[in-house]
Amino acid sequence: MTLTAEAPVQDSPAAGAIPSFQVTLKLRRFNPESDTEPRWEEHTLTMHGTDRVLDALHKIKWEIDGSLTFRRSCAHGICGSDAMRINGRNRLACKTLLKDLPLDKPVVVEPIKGLAVMKDLIVDMEPFYSAYKSIMPFLVTTGNDPSRERRQSPEERERFDDTTKCILCAACTTSCPVYWSDGQYFGPQAIVGAHRFIFDSRDEGAEQRLEILNDREGVWRCRTTFNCTDACPRGIEVTKAIQEVKRALLFRRV
Amino acid sequence: MQTHQYDVVIIGAGGAGMRAALEAGQRARTAVITKLYPTRSHTGAAQGGMCAALANVEDDNWEWHTFDTVKGGDFLVDQDAAEIMAKEAIDAVLDLEKMGLPFNRTPDGTIDQRRFGGHTRNHGEAAVRRACYSADRTGHMILQTLYQQCLKHEVEFFSEFYVLDLIFSEIDGERRTAGVVAYDLASGEIHVFRAKSVVFATGGAGKVYKTTSNAHTLTGDGMAIAYRRGVPLEDMEFFQFHPTGLAGLGILLSEAARGEGAILRNSEGERFMERYAPTLKDLAPRDVVARAMANEVREGRGAGPNKDYVLLDLTHLEPAHIDAKLPDITEFARTYLGIEPYTEPVPVFPTAHYAMGGIPTTVETEVLASNDHVIPGLFAAGEVACVSVHGANRLGTNSLLDINVFGRRAGIAAAAFAAKAPWVDLPESPESQTVAMLEGMRSRDDGERVAEVRRALQETMDANAQVFRSEATLKQALADIGVLRERFERVSVQDKGKRFNTDLLEALELGFLLDLAEVIVVGALERKESRGGHFREDYQNRDDVNYMRHTMAYRTVNEDGSASVRLDYKPVVITRYQPMERKF
Repeated sequence: MTLTAEAPVQDSPAAGAIPSFQVTLKLRRFNPESDTEPRWEEHTLTMHGTDRVLDALHKIKWEIDGSLTFRRSCAHGICGSDAMRINGRNRLACKTLLKDLPLDKPVVVEPIKGLAVMKDLIVDMEPFYSAYKSIMPFLVTTGNDPSRERRQSPEERERFDDTTKCILCAACTTSCPVYWSDGQYFGPQAIVGAHRFIFDSRDEGAEQRLEILNDREGVWRCRTTFNCTDACPRGIEVTKAIQEVKRALLFRRV
Repeated sequence: MQTHQYDVVIIGAGGAGMRAALEAGQRARTAVITKLYPTRSHTGAAQGGMCAALANVEDDNWEWHTFDTVKGGDFLVDQDAAEIMAKEAIDAVLDLEKMGLPFNRTPDGTIDQRRFGGHTRNHGEAAVRRACYSADRTGHMILQTLYQQCLKHEVEFFSEFYVLDLIFSEIDGERRTAGVVAYDLASGEIHVFRAKSVVFATGGAGKVYKTTSNAHTLTGDGMAIAYRRGVPLEDMEFFQFHPTGLAGLGILLSEAARGEGAILRNSEGERFMERYAPTLKDLAPRDVVARAMANEVREGRGAGPNKDYVLLDLTHLEPAHIDAKLPDITEFARTYLGIEPYTEPVPVFPTAHYAMGGIPTTVETEVLASNDHVIPGLFAAGEVACVSVHGANRLGTNSLLDINVFGRRAGIAAAAFAAKAPWVDLPESPESQTVAMLEGMRSRDDGERVAEVRRALQETMDANAQVFRSEATLKQALADIGVLRERFERVSVQDKGKRFNTDLLEALELGFLLDLAEVIVVGALERKESRGGHFREDYQNRDDVNYMRHTMAYRTVNEDGSASVRLDYKPVVITRYQPMERKF
């Protein structure tokens, strides 16, 4: 992408409609080398029509305070690096346009909740990835591989399409009140990861995965609050996927 | 400082790195060092597909694929390498399917295939359905599937570790690979990895340009690190500008849109590609389409208030078809430009997308020290490498193919080398140069801002070394780079800490970008012809007599301690196809 924080886009329709505007960002900051407690910091910036929260963070980092620290890479909602809590909702900073937020009050940006804050907006992702690993997130098959591709009808392929979209950004898991309140629950992403294989007609590992999810800290901890579905930047119906896994457990039928 | 020892160390965890890890990890003690968590790699941003002549939906074969690759690359492709890639493509796709990749399917359950730019039936007769795909998320599915397989096989990752130097040891006058030096982002600690084999799979360098489809993290680290240690870089002047970046933003909209029937139009509503490529039209190779678009804008037929983009028209396609085949890219148009592709055409303009050049390798992925010698123990695959299967212009989908075919080969070759090679002793304090570089940058008070120097670099590259180039613009770029190098010497960072110091890392990445920009521009200046992605206003034709050869750029240190680029050349491997005029 173009670094729009540096180079205003004047030619696109959206930029034409809202040429530039003032925005105040209220950031939750924490530097483990100098702070004992997290602190709040505000910056008021001039931004442009197509700018996103990520552009505002870059503007601060590149022009005001180089020590502001966050993860980012692709900057268009595909790599999953920059999930953060924006005005109390988990979102990707690179997919949240500033002009779509209420700009009459500060835009509040905090690290995602439920994972240890390492510095500013960076959290420890290891527990999240560990939960994903625990549900055997890979195709399980038995017997000889066929010489060509395994056959799968378009309908069978469609059955698990929604959960293949997951980019492991952790927006769902860290929006879940059950995940916040105890450190044992896998969280919604791990169940999404399991769903993607349980409902794949080629997979033969459903029994094992369902057994893992049937655990005391597994899928039954879900209280169907739908936070995860609201948070998913890929539009995955997370709660529905969790319900489908619960049903598969009850009836042992995929 | 910590020291580790592995038989094979792979740098980068995108498609090439993880495909290599799956092979090496089952044969030798292997570690993958990656500056991002593996699933953040930019392979995941690839959209349209991966070509292989499966012939699932219509007649096709690997020889046609080879021909298209050679012709698409404007005959600068090494034809032996292209043939290997097209042949191994079939197994590469089937391997991914067996690993669990959810390809789109035909009604009878086989892998579905669709049309893509430059891929044709019988040597250019008409577009052929060769691209295997998963909606417009093929790269995402490849990245996820390879990561899942790495978890299954318990591949050892060092995530958020930045490799900053390559260690060679001199044995009997020959350079031998001894390991790498890495920086742990979380702690700021230096780690030395001793290894028999090192595989570079660090991806591209799109951040040399301002308007790019590439991630912020694609700063050409692997290419620059190797170059600084005396490894040549091949054909760096060839950079691909993808035709359909979202105007003003550069975000990629897959060629699959045109594969599914979308049409490019100018301000007059004309399907202008009919004039530039009468047979393939909108599905001509990317260099042809990007140049045509830039030319339409230059001649005043651009759309929008500033007449500076063209339009990608999907409005004649069924919304249900768009949703099924192109869900992500239509969402990008909605999210980032507020455009509804069902009813409105999407503003697009070329965006810097892919480095055809890179670290030169053999077809076994061994890195070349010169035209006829390899560096024992050093391998490269994917966008960081130049085999060369892409020549002067890469065909769409051939990058996902490249990472799978040559990533696999690199993993096998690196493990095989490690199995027979003795350990090489590390030189005295191999980390000293890296530590000095880091401390120099960290301790410098009050200087230039990294972001300002980087922006100036990206702006001069966009203005002077993009789709259209000339001696005058390239000389301007070279002069600007010289000034920016001096400014870089005065750059300082504000974050002086150890933990997660991304400020410091951005400064080092800028140093890599400056080195690579210089190599790109020097190569482009010396190539006084137009071929593939390299178009010179002052030399508009291909010149096979003088320039049918690969550029090899070496870093040389002058007597006063400064460094400059020395160019040499390497012959193109021609097997089946004699160069011919490119018409589409």
